[in-house]
Amino acid sequence: MSLFSGILEQLINGLRTGSIYALIALGYTMVYGIAKMINFAHGDIIMVGAYSLYVTTVQLKLHPVIGILLTIAVCAILGITIEKVAYKPLRKAPPLSVLITAIGMSYLLQNLALLIFKATPIPFGSIIKVPSVKIGSINISGITIVTLIVTTISMVALTFFINKTKIGRAMRAVSEDRGAAELMGINVNRTITQTFAIGSALAAVAGILFISQYETLLPTLGALPGIKAFVAAVLGGIGSIPGAMLGGIILGIIESLSKAYISTQLADAIVFGVLVIVLLVKPSGLLGKKKTEKV
Amino acid sequence: MANKKKLIINGIIAAVVYAAVMILLGQGLLSRQLMSIIVPICVYTMLAVSLCLVVGFLGELSLGHAGFMSVGAYAGALFLIHTQDVLPSIVSLIGGLLAGGCCAAIMGVIIGVPVLRLKGDYLAIVTLGFGEIIKSVINSMTITGGAKGLSKIPLLTTYRSFTVVFVLVLIVIIVVANLVNSRHGRAVMAVRDNYIAAEAVGIPVSRFKTMAFVIAAFLAGMAGVVYAGNIGILKPVQFDYNMSIEILVMVVLGGMGNIRGAIIAAVILTALPEVLRETADYRMLLYAIVLIVLMLFNNSGIKRRIMEKRNMNKSEKAKKEA
Repeated sequence: MSLFSGILEQLINGLRTGSIYALIALGYTMVYGIAKMINFAHGDIIMVGAYSLYVTTVQLKLHPVIGILLTIAVCAILGITIEKVAYKPLRKAPPLSVLITAIGMSYLLQNLALLIFKATPIPFGSIIKVPSVKIGSINISGITIVTLIVTTISMVALTFFINKTKIGRAMRAVSEDRGAAELMGINVNRTITQTFAIGSALAAVAGILFISQYETLLPTLGALPGIKAFVAAVLGGIGSIPGAMLGGIILGIIESLSKAYISTQLADAIVFGVLVIVLLVKPSGLLGKKKTEKV
Repeated sequence: MANKKKLIINGIIAAVVYAAVMILLGQGLLSRQLMSIIVPICVYTMLAVSLCLVVGFLGELSLGHAGFMSVGAYAGALFLIHTQDVLPSIVSLIGGLLAGGCCAAIMGVIIGVPVLRLKGDYLAIVTLGFGEIIKSVINSMTITGGAKGLSKIPLLTTYRSFTVVFVLVLIVIIVVANLVNSRHGRAVMAVRDNYIAAEAVGIPVSRFKTMAFVIAAFLAGMAGVVYAGNIGILKPVQFDYNMSIEILVMVVLGGMGNIRGAIIAAVILTALPEVLRETADYRMLLYAIVLIVLMLFNNSGIKRRIMEKRNMNKSEKAKKEA
């Protein structure tokens, strides 16, 4: 019984981390699907989200709800700015240039945070204060419950948005065939900007949930979850929205189980091992479409 | 004919640089601070030139160059420590360099073979992750001293043995330059420019990709050994993401695919922070801005116009001469 409940507890932990990864992975996958680039700075938007929540709720002493809304707004605007300044002029540039610019952006955000907030970790208590729930012998913390509810709502809302609204339809059209979408009268640039805004807003939500769990602010806090979320996006099939959700949750569960039953230090290595295996066996990911390259 | 001329010019430049450094060292004209950056400059030159092979000529982005360097540094340092009483120091150093290079090359094969079959973006992420994994593995191993680091490495490559270090730098440059100008190098560049076309003319794409990647890893490992032999103590935190980015900035600033540019950038970017100590906080920020601005400039209309003007001037000159 205790082994069973132990595994169950790890599964719930994995679900919690995994759903955060899934939120971040959605940003990667949407941007990749539409702009055909990896937004390296996406992980650092999580960091900006965490810091701006800290600034609004602790330093400016605003109400948490206002703080959360401001954080989401800040990240969305940041995402749009990055796209306009750094990526838009490179629409027709070779992929290597875009990739290097994205890395430069990520590095820029990290070092700006380092200059402003210094390298010493800042303790930051969770703004989510929900009592934990006990079901049978399993204890589920309040943050886990909030995380699962928030991520579920965000994902359902996003799915609805992509499938039912006009903007969502434009996004799907652009990711299908940019040229044809443009001919049909879709404003491609505006659609890309909207994608960046939505992806960054999701990253802000992920950042808030992430910082509520880890409670320490660091300029590099976004890097590792960012990379893992990218792994999740690849695992689910980059460009595919359900794939990102599935990949995130699978990755979270793998990570939490290997942390509990194999080794804490090797958990990251195992996560990357999963990526390598996926790339070898099924490069298009679990739910991705296989594309043949045309000359 | 042009090649021969180029070769002579490059040889003269190398000889002048070597003579200048030796005279400065011999006369004791350098401050302690300047003497201490001679070897780091050489190490970064080796790293930048080797990464230039991957980024510039192969056209793939590797963010784990510091990882290969750390593998080489640790392997070479362990070899040096365990053979320092048995072998004469020059033999021990050569062995250490080979050991470091080979270990890094083996890591290059392990990473490269699966990942190089895919395209650029994945390689960047996997090499980045690989760098982090290497760091945590070295941290958890006992033979490497873990987080406390590996100390008492025999100091065989300090500025006192500048000749050895300089020869190593030359070897790295010559290997890369010759490779690039060889049949294999042209194949590598063909893969970069259009891999479908390269495949169609019968170039085994993944074999050449792996070859370039592994050679770069080998050279980075050698640079790691020189680094270890200069500072005498190794810690996993020295080889973090920042270092990989620093090397990348050198390659990009030098003009991707330009070995001479990479060398100049490596020298300047290593020497500058030491000279301008007070701006140390802004160094990393500056690197980030350099990356973004250079990429934007490279793909902007301004550069195109400058290049067009230059080409026009050249053709006008050619006309006049005719």
